[in-house]
Amino acid sequence: MLKISNLSVSVENKLIINNLDLEIGEGKKVAVMGPNGSGKSTLSNVISGKPGYNIKEGSIKFEDTDILKINPDERAAMGIFMAFQYPVEIPGIANSSFLRTAINSIRKKNNIEPVNTRIFLEELNQIASKLGLDKSFLSRDMNEGFSGGEKKKNEILQLLLLKPKLCVLDEIDSGLDIDSLKVISKGISEYSNKKNSMLIITHYQRLLDHVIPDEVHIFNKGKIVESGDHDLVKILEEKGYKEFS
Amino acid sequence: MRTSDETTKLVEEASKYKYGFTTNIEQDLAPKGLNKNIVRFISKKKNEPKWLLNWRLKAFDTLEKRKDNFPTWANLKYNKIDLQDIHYYAAPKSEDDKPKSLEEVDPELLRAYNKLGIPLKEQEFLAGVKNSHKVAVDAVFDSVSVATTFKSELSKLGIIFCSFSEAVANHPDLVKKYLGTVIPVNDNYFSTLNSAVFSDGSFVYIPPGVRCPMELSTYFRINAANTGQFERTLIIADKNSYVSYLEGCTAPMRDENQLHAAVVELVALENAEIKYSTVQNWYPGDKNGKGGIYNFVTKRGICQEAHSKISWTQVETGSAVTWKYPSVILKGDHSSGEFYSVALSHNCQQADTGTKMIHIGKNTSSRIVSKGISAGRGQQTYRGLVSILPKADNTKNFTQCDSLLIGNDCGAHTVPYIDVRNKSSDVAHEASTSKISEEQLFFCLQRGITEEDATALIVNGFCREVFKSLPMEFAVEAKKLLELSLEGAVG
Repeated sequence: MLKISNLSVSVENKLIINNLDLEIGEGKKVAVMGPNGSGKSTLSNVISGKPGYNIKEGSIKFEDTDILKINPDERAAMGIFMAFQYPVEIPGIANSSFLRTAINSIRKKNNIEPVNTRIFLEELNQIASKLGLDKSFLSRDMNEGFSGGEKKKNEILQLLLLKPKLCVLDEIDSGLDIDSLKVISKGISEYSNKKNSMLIITHYQRLLDHVIPDEVHIFNKGKIVESGDHDLVKILEEKGYKEFS
Repeated sequence: MRTSDETTKLVEEASKYKYGFTTNIEQDLAPKGLNKNIVRFISKKKNEPKWLLNWRLKAFDTLEKRKDNFPTWANLKYNKIDLQDIHYYAAPKSEDDKPKSLEEVDPELLRAYNKLGIPLKEQEFLAGVKNSHKVAVDAVFDSVSVATTFKSELSKLGIIFCSFSEAVANHPDLVKKYLGTVIPVNDNYFSTLNSAVFSDGSFVYIPPGVRCPMELSTYFRINAANTGQFERTLIIADKNSYVSYLEGCTAPMRDENQLHAAVVELVALENAEIKYSTVQNWYPGDKNGKGGIYNFVTKRGICQEAHSKISWTQVETGSAVTWKYPSVILKGDHSSGEFYSVALSHNCQQADTGTKMIHIGKNTSSRIVSKGISAGRGQQTYRGLVSILPKADNTKNFTQCDSLLIGNDCGAHTVPYIDVRNKSSDVAHEASTSKISEEQLFFCLQRGITEEDATALIVNGFCREVFKSLPMEFAVEAKKLLELSLEGAVG
């Protein structure tokens, strides 16, 4: 699904990602763990195409297409979704109308007709109730005045609605209470299947107790310093990041 | 259009004979220039009564005496227009001068029409295509009979809705009673000019106790064509009545006149309410600031009696230069005034716009919500006055004035004047200036929304409070218009 080869990225002449190779196969859940400032968020931003990063070397291929020159909205239409660590507020735009604009934009780029409003609303309500969100949540302004937990749930709501092939989850677990973490983990696990892939970026073990990854990589100073399966998470939790530098 | 020799001759003759013009004139255009004879010529062409001619002439004298000229205090840079270089009377164009079909019309204009989803027949009308006028009546109303039904329904209720000229002919007492009472002839340079040479406009009278059952729109008043330059509108809402009036049209209108100086007067009597909504989309000039309309408009309403209400909503996206301050004089006790504005300046457009709320009566209240958007090299100024006079006890004002910047070469300026002379009043002013953040844009892009759509989405959100106060259909159009006007603002 995603193949990162020999990737080096810098911001303002500072090397953030250093010769990274990472592959995420179809149907795989891959976790990248690392301390603050290790380059995890840069990785997700570069995959989704955020401007401001200098790609010095290497390539990122999504389903065999090099995406580095492709605009972020086109990447989204190809099926790449990023759940934001800090979701953005857009005042004056209702959550549901934002979502409808998003889904129709993606459909348009894939030459699919706009979604039927009734069907769209039904599905949206269904997803909202699955995540334990009240209906009124959908008519509130996009993320404005949402609690931390609500913002994160809203990211998962968008994921479940837009049905991407590759989900990049950038610290979806930060700032969540235990109950919210469970709801979000459940949403992610239920969505995960053999056709889609997940890149889960996190500091902590707790999300990975609910969403069991197929592979775990420890990230430090812009490169992978250790790889393993789910067991690596426990080792990391015991020893801390200091051991892996 | 060419000034015909015969018209010139007639004007010359009129200068010789005080009561000239005995023959029926077929010409469409008076020669350029502003003088007493032109004023007489216009009045004569419109078969106006003597009192109105005298009123115009008095205005002309005032104009001559005025020491001021185009305002220099506004935050606008433009070349002065020579008033002697303008035609002051032009009857509707002869059909032969018009484009023969849409193929002869500026493709940019057509692209705009298509984006706004305007049907072909209406496009022809808006672009001024030959013989499209009659067809457009059908297109706009579906059929002529609808127009007739509409008029008869209004007249059953005693509502008068007609062109200003018709009102002068058929309802002279009403016109005479209220004309120039809200905006005196000598109020400002442009109101004086308009009073001398106004072409036509709308007249509305709502009788006591009547709630006008539909939005009155200039769009429905077909004979509004060709009155754009020096329009004159007068709306009177008698006791306990209500009217909502829509002015303008989201489709960009072609107009060869560079200077527009309209005057709109509103009068609300006891417990009456007037809601006046404008969408202004005159030609803004090209990307480099060449061409475009200079829009110097004077709009003011008076809440003459107790418990009356006047509400202005404007969406200003057109014109190269906009100078406009729709205001409310709150004279009646417990009266209220509102001003909701979205103004957009893109490319080289400049807007200096805002409102004046003059609190005279007790317990009066006013609310101002202004949303200015600047993009490209556009310059945007909010200029507003809140004035609380000594006897206006327990008055309230709330002002919110927000600016949104798109790009690095545009500007937003806020100039609020607050003059409070009564201790019991409550005046609040909030202002903000923000830029569309890269974070917001990227978030939208990551959800598959294009940069242009994302900008439109964020801007629409920014304007929502104002759009909410527009009549539903108008609001939908205004949104589309904003999107269209913002094209090329990003990237």
